[in-house]
Amino acid sequence: MGMRTWRWSRSWLAISVLAGGLAGIGAFTFSYAGGPAYLGNDPATCASCHIMNDELDSWRKGPHHAVATCNDCHVPPHFPQKYIAKARNGYHHSMGFTFQSPTPDEPGARRVFAEPIRIKDTNSQILQDNCLRCHGDFVHNIVRGSTWADHAIRCVECHRAVGHGARR
Amino acid sequence: MEKSQRASIAAYLLVGFLTAIATAVVAALLVNIFQRKQEAMNPFLKLVEVGDDDVDAKKWGVNWPREYDGYQRTAEPTNTKYGGGLIGPEGTVTPEKASRDPWLTRIFAGYLFAVDYRERRGHAFMLQDQELTKRNVPGEAQQSGNCLHCHASIMPLYRKLGTESLPGAAPAAQVQRGLERVGEMGYWEAHKLLEQTTGTVHPVSCVDCHSPKTMELRVTRPGFITGIQKLAASDAPVPHLPSIERWRRGKRTVAYDPNVDGTRQEMRSYVCGQCHVEYYCGKGLTLLFPWDKGLKVEQIEATYDGMRVHGERFKDWTHAETGVDVLKAQHPEFELWSQGIHARSGVACADCHMPYKREGAMKVSEHWVRSPLLEINRSCETCHPYGEQEIKARVEAIQDRHFALLTRAGQAAVAMLDALATVRKRYNDAAWRVALEKDPKIHELGELQRAAQWRLDFIAAENSMGFHAPQEMARILAESIDMSRQAQVKAVALLGGQIPAPLPGEPIPATTRP
Repeated sequence: MGMRTWRWSRSWLAISVLAGGLAGIGAFTFSYAGGPAYLGNDPATCASCHIMNDELDSWRKGPHHAVATCNDCHVPPHFPQKYIAKARNGYHHSMGFTFQSPTPDEPGARRVFAEPIRIKDTNSQILQDNCLRCHGDFVHNIVRGSTWADHAIRCVECHRAVGHGARR
Repeated sequence: MEKSQRASIAAYLLVGFLTAIATAVVAALLVNIFQRKQEAMNPFLKLVEVGDDDVDAKKWGVNWPREYDGYQRTAEPTNTKYGGGLIGPEGTVTPEKASRDPWLTRIFAGYLFAVDYRERRGHAFMLQDQELTKRNVPGEAQQSGNCLHCHASIMPLYRKLGTESLPGAAPAAQVQRGLERVGEMGYWEAHKLLEQTTGTVHPVSCVDCHSPKTMELRVTRPGFITGIQKLAASDAPVPHLPSIERWRRGKRTVAYDPNVDGTRQEMRSYVCGQCHVEYYCGKGLTLLFPWDKGLKVEQIEATYDGMRVHGERFKDWTHAETGVDVLKAQHPEFELWSQGIHARSGVACADCHMPYKREGAMKVSEHWVRSPLLEINRSCETCHPYGEQEIKARVEAIQDRHFALLTRAGQAAVAMLDALATVRKRYNDAAWRVALEKDPKIHELGELQRAAQWRLDFIAAENSMGFHAPQEMARILAESIDMSRQAQVKAVALLGGQIPAPLPGEPIPATTRP
């Protein structure tokens, strides 16, 4: 029996090359932007956007420096909620980073996110849940039913400097 | 060509086209990310060298255009509910303060501030307004060269005159000697000499706060350096200036040096404290900051009361209506900020008045120095995230209450002056001077006026309308009212109970205004 030669289709070749080109430049962009690190837990990754420098500095000098990194407070601990939160925030970060006006203080400037930055409601709830994940045992007598609810008073309303609000 | 073949080609072309678009979009994203990384890496290009003698901000602006742009905008007129004035009725300068607070002309009677005293405008005008004011008419030679210590970028002249007089001495001593020599001249003579030294005369400039080599903040003004050294050497507690408390715990072999000992955060207040202070700059005395005993209103009063000039107790002028030797206060922002909760919490002048802002990927200090109320988001909301309307309402509540108390204190002072002037009518000038010194009852009236007026002026001359230290300022105004009314009551007692006919009073404004 003779061997069947595999017949090239030139169009499929062209498509493969084009698709490969796109995939390549996409992969490079992903890597150049530090993409793989965003799946991890290193706080320096969060500060690869230098707008986060103040938060990183004050966290370093703050009381939770030795026991909690950015993700420990701002991201749910378990799979898959952790990666859903990262993806959601990553989307907002990308939009903000790309589309926020470079002069946000001019009147009428396009604002994708508030400056100075303010936490969104969903993330505020995640933060609250993470406070209670570690400290819930201490406070359950006084907070039962009041901090687990949405729109309940936030721990950080009073305990503002525990994460990254340390005085200079 | 067959129809199916054409359809295939069309399909492949479409796929190719869409891939091209997708690739272009991804490439655009890549370039955008690259741009952001570049922005963050290269904050400034050093195109020109700048040195200590470069007083023209324009030259510095070549290297630091963003800061220079902000600095230039201080020429734009701004005002808030209580501060500043847009161009007033004369069309070229801001309105007179007395149009809102007529009692000012009464308390300053016999002094040039009763003639011309206008609302503030931006730093760009600090020199020009000093030249335009009727308090400084060239022919009359009323002001001394000391004024230029703050109103102009004058350090090159101090250094030049100082090195001439004291060739081998330490730089600080030379600068102090330069200050003394300029203080002995009249304003316009010093102005001319400065013009010869630096070309054009400039208002406060980059070189007055920034080291040209490293851009770090540093203080240059000898008045401030001497003043802060005296403050450090005193016993007055200064919990808001931790480096002074630290210096005090040391051996004190070397005088406190703000440029060496001050923390970075303190420097952000010290540079403003070079000029936004109470001082004395009249003729006959080298300019000084009266901080020997501390920064509080009564400590400064004690410092002045303890000074003797030409054998007499220190005074700024003799009040024309009452003949009493009284004190003048000038914009004590640094002293009053020091008494407030913001200073205590480590908030510096620059944190509110030159807040950080973002331009692209760069974090820049706003060099358009102005009221924080005109940029509440950046000035306040980094620490107080309650929404601009809410914060503005809170600030105005403080300022409304303060203004009502200030007006009340002004009216009390006017009542006091009326009463004292009526008592004076019973004496001739010579007898009155003797009575002020020797007659205990009359002497007491004079002391009360001096103290009441000092406190009122200390607060009226300050520019925050109560915000920098609301409770302290209210306390000082309350003391002023108390002293004014005591003087009035005692004077009326001397008049046999006859109250002088009051001038038509201004209504006390309500604390809540629309």
